[in-house]
Amino acid sequence: MSEEHIETGELTKLDFKVPNPVKWCAGCGGHAVLNTVQAALPETGVKKENIVFVSGIGCSSRFPYYINTYGVHGLHGRAAAIASGIKVANPNLSVWVVTGDGDLMAIGGNHFIHILRRNINVNILLFNNKIYGLTKGQYSPTTPIGSVTKTSPEGTIENPFMPGELAMGAQGTFFARVVDTEPKMMKEVFIKAAEHRGTSTVEVLQNCVIFANQVHNEITGKEVRDDHQIYLKHGESMIYGKERNKGIVLEKGRLKSVTIGENGCTLDDILVHNVSDPDDTIHYMLSRMSLPDLPVAMGVIRAYESRVYESMLTEQVEHARANTKIKTVNDLLRSGNTFQVD
Amino acid sequence: MGKNPKVIELEEVVVKFAGDSGDGMQFTGSQFSDTSAYIGNDLSTFPDYPSEIRAPGGTVAGVSGFQVHIGHKEVHSPGDQADVLVAMNPAALKANMKWIKSGATVIIDIDNFDSKNYKKAGYIEDPLEDGSLEGFNVVKAPITELTRSTVKEFGFDTKTADKTKNQFVAGLLYWLFNRDIKIGENYLKQKFKKKPEMVEANIRVLREGYHYAETIEAMATTFMVNPARKKKGLFRNITGNQATAWGLIAASERSGRPLFLGSYPITPASEILQELSNRKHLGVKTFQAEDEIAGICSAIGASYAGHLAATTTSGPGLALKGESIGLAVMTELPLVVVDVQRGGPSTGLPTKTEQSDLMQALYGRSGESPVVVMAASTPADCFDYAYMACKIAIEHMTPVILLTDGYLANGSELWHIPDVNDMPEIKVPYVRDNDPDYYPYHRDPARLARSWAMPGQEGLRHKVGGLEKEDVTGEVSHDPLNHQIMVELRNAKVEKVADFIPDQQIIGADRGDLLVIGWGGTYGPLLTAVEELREEGKKISLAQFNYIRPLPKNTPELLKGFKKRIVCEQNLGQFANYLTMRHPRFEYLRYNKIQGLPFMISELKSKFNEILEEK
Repeated sequence: MSEEHIETGELTKLDFKVPNPVKWCAGCGGHAVLNTVQAALPETGVKKENIVFVSGIGCSSRFPYYINTYGVHGLHGRAAAIASGIKVANPNLSVWVVTGDGDLMAIGGNHFIHILRRNINVNILLFNNKIYGLTKGQYSPTTPIGSVTKTSPEGTIENPFMPGELAMGAQGTFFARVVDTEPKMMKEVFIKAAEHRGTSTVEVLQNCVIFANQVHNEITGKEVRDDHQIYLKHGESMIYGKERNKGIVLEKGRLKSVTIGENGCTLDDILVHNVSDPDDTIHYMLSRMSLPDLPVAMGVIRAYESRVYESMLTEQVEHARANTKIKTVNDLLRSGNTFQVD
Repeated sequence: MGKNPKVIELEEVVVKFAGDSGDGMQFTGSQFSDTSAYIGNDLSTFPDYPSEIRAPGGTVAGVSGFQVHIGHKEVHSPGDQADVLVAMNPAALKANMKWIKSGATVIIDIDNFDSKNYKKAGYIEDPLEDGSLEGFNVVKAPITELTRSTVKEFGFDTKTADKTKNQFVAGLLYWLFNRDIKIGENYLKQKFKKKPEMVEANIRVLREGYHYAETIEAMATTFMVNPARKKKGLFRNITGNQATAWGLIAASERSGRPLFLGSYPITPASEILQELSNRKHLGVKTFQAEDEIAGICSAIGASYAGHLAATTTSGPGLALKGESIGLAVMTELPLVVVDVQRGGPSTGLPTKTEQSDLMQALYGRSGESPVVVMAASTPADCFDYAYMACKIAIEHMTPVILLTDGYLANGSELWHIPDVNDMPEIKVPYVRDNDPDYYPYHRDPARLARSWAMPGQEGLRHKVGGLEKEDVTGEVSHDPLNHQIMVELRNAKVEKVADFIPDQQIIGADRGDLLVIGWGGTYGPLLTAVEELREEGKKISLAQFNYIRPLPKNTPELLKGFKKRIVCEQNLGQFANYLTMRHPRFEYLRYNKIQGLPFMISELKSKFNEILEEK
């Protein structure tokens, strides 16, 4: 650790770089995410000694080796459980989980829903490339139905998960979606995820250049992106499109895309995004929006401040400490029924 | 006062309480045990209950039992057979007939001995009439009826009223053993602190049972077990699970590292999680995880973050944790895994005891994955070994598996309360902030342990993970020679623990005809059997192992001193196989019992005699 220097002044992106080579494929979406995280971290105001990156197994899970913080490269699917232990043990740490669609949604599905339900203040970056990359091309729980992969030569016959649905279903308090080709959007959202108290899930639509190249092209392609994405912002009308003339309305209990100025539709009819609504019904619907009828929602979809597990546990511990006569283990051993034998 | 009973002084007595799962036999058993401890008897208890919460009433499968062995002399096991049996119904009688001594006192609730009930228990004839109880002192007490009439004025429904019947039994026993009934009353006041009406009703029934015993002829003789001779000082009655939990907290206090327990409920380990959940006032954090894997993974996370971390489980849970223990081996983080063994494989016999996870603890992981394996041998010494497991985990930066079992976990004994400040010091391998010489896999030469840098510390940022790491630097490495070095280092680190543990003790002479070898929870019965044979002049000794991997360094020396060696264990010979592998020049006889029950002293003695008589 001889390269260590005493920090002076504010951190920059460079503080989070490591000398080791980043071993992702050229053209992998992971590079952009890594760069953006390194750029976002200085703006969270957390000292790098207080940051821990935790991962599972998969291409994305090599992430902790590529960033200059503390880190644990864990077991397949278990990053959320390891991160829970770190954060509960030491709530002063800023804990990030980097995971993929196989790691988080298949083998780690159970831990994912339970960390959300507990609302432990951990930030989860889900690299969703809709394929198993590190094991070389088998379908994942988010692979679109019908996709031909190495293990689905006739096309998959499984319904894919939408991570947002699971997040809402498990009472997630923060869910956002970004694409790996939009660094500005990523950075804004990562900072919001870090600021949120509770479990933050950010689904990154990430390209696997080898096994699922351009899988998100219908959403992220330069020619189509303005019409196929809507970047949601709190307090703003849900407007999108190249001409900024399309919007989302709620009609008969469903979301619908409309063109402002057509069929009597005005700006006032367009929904205004409220990330902090305790009721997640609209958030759920927004997270599910899909082509071709609706644009895919980007940005922070839900950010509702609620009770946080580790804070409540700390409160219970402090309360118990303040209200006991048993201050030491010797006191404990001598409490209750004891017998003096002479 | 009615009659003037004859009092017989006894060296020791075994009482067995048996009834339906809901009859409160565990409660009465505990109350009787605590009272015995209060007056200074040595004691050992063993609850034996079905895995169903309320198995069908009146059936043999649903019988819940609690055996307590009290002594003026030292007591090391719950005893083979009972001197006094309480049978609340025919099923309880049937289940226990072979576990009582001839001539024993058998107290039955006559109100439950109708033809419907004895048929439900599988009797064809009325057991009270078929001659099977000939030679026993049978006390036929109308327990249900007298209890109901005693609590009538409280206006309870029948179910609630019947919940107090166990106190009628308690009353009978307080009289039978010349106990001060006030002790029983105080126990009730404490247990039902928040329910004054239940205190009142239970005390009423307790007294009724006591007075009933005074008046009936069948209980003309009473017994007296005087305080134990050797025991002096402050004591408490403690179960293995409670002692394990407290040992973990003690190690946390002495090491200065806060305790984190990540666990998932499983029989018979759940009480450790429950006990620690109630110890937040000592700073303990418990995390009831979504599954066994999350339990251990959260503990690994907490350990990385600088906590003394533990996870508790039983055999099936240990299997689920296997991959994660491998991660703890690779990351070289301190971690204590407590496996309260039960009958297996699979769900097996969840409430019964067994020692069949030894091989799993030693080898049940992928790759070369050495961990320290230890075993506690009495309910109370679960405290010491839980403490030592933490000390070794921290000082040697390794996962430690501590094996206990259902018998130790639920059984209890009288424990001489120690001063925690007399426990051995725990030296945490800290690193100071910005240490320019810090490398994550740099090792202390005496232990080969790396040091413990914690997130939040400046200038010590490092990564741990499941991928192989380069020696010293901790960078990811796929280098073939480095892998061999690291595999050997991890192994040598665990073997080096042998330099820091005590020599194996031997009970009896260190030379002789037969060395009895046991490990873990079989200590009580093995010790009693060996001591009794030694009193008869046999050249027999006992070595009960607590440190299994590594074995104490004097092990071969100790094995050498005997003509024959027999390994007694509750599995098909796992420790015997391990010893054969470690010390192949000796021959090991085996005695294996896999019935979900502890050894009986009588069966051990007859086996040892058989071997001693062979020429």
